[in-house]
Amino acid sequence: MSERKWYKSAGPCGDTVVSTRVRLARNLDSYPFPCRISEKQQAEINQKVNDSLLCDGSFNFRYIDMSQLSDTEAMAMAEKRLVSPDFIKDRTAKALIVSDDETISIMLGEEDHIRIQVMRPGFDLEECYRVADKVDRILDAHLNYAFNEKLGFLTECPTNLGTGLRASVMMHLPAIQSAGLLNQIMTTIAKIGLTIRGTYGEGSSPLGAMYQISNQVTLDISEESAINNLKSIATQIMEQERSYRSTLIKNPAVEDKIYRALGTLKYARIMDTKESISLLSDVRLGVACGLISDTDIDTLTGLCIDTQPANITVITGAASSQERDRQRTEIIRRALCSKQA
Amino acid sequence: MLCENCKKNTATTYIKRTVNGSTQEYHLCGECAKALGMTNDFNGFMNFGVGSLFGSLFSDGLTGIESQTMVKRCPGCGISFDDIARTGLCGCPQCYTTFYDQLLPTLSRIHGKLEHLGKVSKATEESVKEAKLKELEAQLKQAVDEQRYEDAAKIRDEIAGVKSSPDDKDAESKNIQNDGSAEGENE
Ligand SMILES: [Zn+2]
Ligand SMILES: [Zn+2]
Repeated sequence: MSERKWYKSAGPCGDTVVSTRVRLARNLDSYPFPCRISEKQQAEINQKVNDSLLCDGSFNFRYIDMSQLSDTEAMAMAEKRLVSPDFIKDRTAKALIVSDDETISIMLGEEDHIRIQVMRPGFDLEECYRVADKVDRILDAHLNYAFNEKLGFLTECPTNLGTGLRASVMMHLPAIQSAGLLNQIMTTIAKIGLTIRGTYGEGSSPLGAMYQISNQVTLDISEESAINNLKSIATQIMEQERSYRSTLIKNPAVEDKIYRALGTLKYARIMDTKESISLLSDVRLGVACGLISDTDIDTLTGLCIDTQPANITVITGAASSQERDRQRTEIIRRALCSKQA
Repeated sequence: MLCENCKKNTATTYIKRTVNGSTQEYHLCGECAKALGMTNDFNGFMNFGVGSLFGSLFSDGLTGIESQTMVKRCPGCGISFDDIARTGLCGCPQCYTTFYDQLLPTLSRIHGKLEHLGKVSKATEESVKEAKLKELEAQLKQAVDEQRYEDAAKIRDEIAGVKSSPDDKDAESKNIQNDGSAEGENE
């Protein structure tokens, strides 16, 4: 727990990119997929995967039996995107293997037997893939993957066949959102096999202007090309966002909104999740544009996670939603005020 | 529920039989269903029962066995193509070979061209190499038989090249491990 978690630091291009994630879907040959597997068989797989990683010894991993966690603990993991929301619904026979800094998480018994996930702050696709590939090679050397020369890695859902790779970049796009350009971007990138969706809610203006851009196609494309495509599109969107920001920030109403957000975050005593996501987004824009120097991107990324309901309960023990709404402001105040000299 | 035959795997095949007005039901796993001849074609049915563990139960014929057991089922997990169409999920890796033709239109719609251009699993890498070696050795033998010694020498070099690649890979994986331990400290 003393290890500094990845989401407490800003990565490359932190002004526009919150985090990058790469995941590989893998299955073992001679076992049914999770939709048809027995608890005993999945437990066998969990054991095999853990043994392989221990035997290799390249990484320092922690093995977590998901069925032993409370609902809140499991939910807190989903809020950190360490696991998917589906993964925590029924946690029987499911396990998670995770690195100390939480950059690497391996879900066992999700939609596929094995889902290797690597997450890093900022825009860092190559490094995410490099690490995921390394874990994948270790497992490939110790286990028998379900693989077909024509269809690639075999997955429970045919949409992941081939590379089993899903790479995604979480971007903060307040300027593009307020310019009303998202639908246009959505249409354009769909043509080249990418997709964009809101992190906190769907629709044309999701909360906090946070968006995830990811690849869709996994066959007839190499990992490298898939990642390069995503990288080049995300770079273009990033540049567009930056150029719109320089105009947006000159608007006195926008400047006012940013400073008001900072004021509310520093002094409010009750706040729900929706309000905190939206205010943190405004302040993030202020920091990225150089208006605000009271805090930094690292702190804000960390707060986006620490102020989610289950994480508040894990950190403070708050049991009711009223208590959480008070504790939320406490957590924010502590983080924002500690940065002041 | 567990397979009534092996009592080990999950039952995926359901068989209902009526003899002289009394109905009996059996739940089997894919493997046992296959071993008992309850597989995917009519021939399978004609053979089932003979010398099998469940033989006596089925030996008096096809009367009353519901037509659903006639549906083509995956030998790995026992599901039918209808199950896949209904859930959008395959039951096991073998489903992809069993129902390849039926899956083809959907797969093409999702992915376009069905050609894997990505990374290859190690096991496959080895089997591809093995096939390549076999082919080269056959070529070598033919070249020698036909006294084409220049060609034979070339093929011999090629064989040596293919054979030496695992050593390179070992070296590579050692490097990766070294990187790993260094990184483990940083992280
Ligand atoms: Zn059985
Ligand atoms: Zn199957």
